[in-house]
Amino acid sequence: MTISLRALLGATALCALSGAALAETTITVATVNNGDMIRMQGLMDDFYAKHPDIKVEWVTLEENVLRQNVTNDIATGGGQYDVMTIGTYEVPIWGKQGWLVSLNDLPASYDVDDLLPAIRGGLTVDGNLMAAPFYGESSMVMYRTDLMEAAGLTMPDAPTWAEIEKAAAAMTDKSKDQYGICLRGKAGWGENMAFLTAMSNSFGARWFDETWHPQFDQPEWKATLDTYLHLMNEYGPPGASNNGFNENLTLFQQGKCGMWIDATVAASFVTGKDSTVADKVGFALAPDNGLGKRGNWLWAWSLAIPTSSQKQDAAKTFIDWATNKDYLALVAAKEGWANVPPGTRTSLYENPEYQKVPFAKMTLDSINAADPTAPTVKPVPYVGVQFVAIPEFSGMGTTVGEFFSAALAGQISADDALAKAQTAVTDEMTAAGYIQ
Amino acid sequence: MARAVTPTHRLIATTAAWTVALVIFFPVLWMILTSFKTEPSAVASPPQLFSADWTTENYVEVWSRSDYPRFFWNSVVISLGSTLLGLAIAIPAAWSMAFVPGKRTKDLLMWMLSTKMMPAVGVLIPMYLLFQRLGLYDTKLGLVLALMLINLPIIVWMLYTYFKEIPGEILEAARMDGASLWNEVLYVLTPMAVPGIASTLLLNVILAWNEAFWTITLTTTKAAPLSAFIASFSAPQGLFYAKLSAASTMAIAPILILGWFSQKQLVRGLTFGAVK
Repeated sequence: MTISLRALLGATALCALSGAALAETTITVATVNNGDMIRMQGLMDDFYAKHPDIKVEWVTLEENVLRQNVTNDIATGGGQYDVMTIGTYEVPIWGKQGWLVSLNDLPASYDVDDLLPAIRGGLTVDGNLMAAPFYGESSMVMYRTDLMEAAGLTMPDAPTWAEIEKAAAAMTDKSKDQYGICLRGKAGWGENMAFLTAMSNSFGARWFDETWHPQFDQPEWKATLDTYLHLMNEYGPPGASNNGFNENLTLFQQGKCGMWIDATVAASFVTGKDSTVADKVGFALAPDNGLGKRGNWLWAWSLAIPTSSQKQDAAKTFIDWATNKDYLALVAAKEGWANVPPGTRTSLYENPEYQKVPFAKMTLDSINAADPTAPTVKPVPYVGVQFVAIPEFSGMGTTVGEFFSAALAGQISADDALAKAQTAVTDEMTAAGYIQ
Repeated sequence: MARAVTPTHRLIATTAAWTVALVIFFPVLWMILTSFKTEPSAVASPPQLFSADWTTENYVEVWSRSDYPRFFWNSVVISLGSTLLGLAIAIPAAWSMAFVPGKRTKDLLMWMLSTKMMPAVGVLIPMYLLFQRLGLYDTKLGLVLALMLINLPIIVWMLYTYFKEIPGEILEAARMDGASLWNEVLYVLTPMAVPGIASTLLLNVILAWNEAFWTITLTTTKAAPLSAFIASFSAPQGLFYAKLSAASTMAIAPILILGWFSQKQLVRGLTFGAVK
């Protein structure tokens, strides 16, 4: 073999090797359109600098459409998505079905023990971490400090429902279009039922007993709904049965709500540049009734890998980058600490810089006050604070939400709404085989 | 005898027509105005039709955050492709139904139309699985076939109605002159039905352009058209209305312009055969 021929062969082999080394793996990430996710898409240069061999393609969809498409894909083993953005409702269900890849083998630098215990618990199935939290949230009371002061009241850090009612009464002045309390009324399992299910925990209510029998005919649910309707009818804004997160946010930002109990993520909006009351907002834990459980929920948008993905290693690399401590530092450096995705890591809340963010402590306390594995006073056979992690819940939750929304609109009584809920859920659970 | 139209009648009719047109157009107008508002103005309570702080910032952000030309091109290929393929199948089908009807032609037409009566979600899983197994998922070819099949009953029905208006004697005369079947359809029937074919084409391009259920369900990144582009700006908690409106305006603008320039053809085609 001549020298030139050997050189040619060598060069060809080198080219082939370098080509293989530079081969790009493209992963498809399905996500929702929210501020934190959009921010991450803007910081992808950092990921590409560290992992030039992985390209990320985004599919951004509205939450319900995303849920439908991702469910279709995962249930049929389609493999169209390599990373999915899913919530704490899906993780236990899909994890049990064997649809998600365990993330137990993320590198040590990921520091899984740094994850907030409540969030980690909601994403763990049979001891395996099935999704990595991107941001976590709970719910809390956001209130107007100036109106409380004018009424001669002080909001405790951990109020009771009786104290909330007293404050709502004192801050209501309907002639000035000022309402003591704004709560979700729009029907939906993720709308009014997220709030009401979390609220019911503080009254000792539960969706099901240990044998999956619905509990809407029990006094705890009656007390929950009566209190909610009383608060909203006496001190709430008109047309509240159509109000969801966005409508209440607008009302609060415009100074029309004395209190608003909703997602902790709203804290940055009510104190942000679009709020007319930004410098007059205080925070408190969601109320309780002295039964040991508060009316706050727990949610985390998390990144998971479906077992149908053909590119699981690249997907894990991406998830590690997007949810580790370095990413939080990256966001802080580029966008400021207030814009760091909250509610996932203990170390974030130990950071002196982050502690300066006004709602940081209350967010952490709220998250820690929720326990998805023991959400209410009595024992339950399910996981989930403001939902029941079974596939049938989304349909049932929306049905019950429609009854409760109708009660708020004055179309039916509270007793009728509870009776209808009991019948509908019993029928559904019987049909699904939970009740024999 | 034609009835005389008094100025009062004309005024009432004109006012009524403008009122109906405004009511129909109002949501689109609202969307366009919202796209030029800031986010707080877009969700102000009570709602404001006109804003104090107009901005084009939403368009800048929507453009910079997504690959609009790719979504646009996919929409063009999918809507035109599905319509042209549908016409190629529907013209011979409508010809046979109009000029050589069988005993069951009416039943066949009704059956075709009945497929439009089923909610799309009813066949979601079978369609999804078929697309996956056949390798059609997230491909333009897959969507061209899906939308063609979805709109085929409408195309056949529209063409059938137009063809029925054409006297069969003209086709017979062509046959007497020795025209083959192919020549009869291509050189005699088609030119006479141009207004009808054109309006069918335009209407089905619009239907395919605006289709959102299948185009979002059966795509991820490669074949996603403008409907998916809009969906990507819809936020989980209803935030970012102004940007969503900007994305929606950008998505409907091409088809709105097409409709505007071809409205004469569209109306002529749609009213073809309405008056004998």
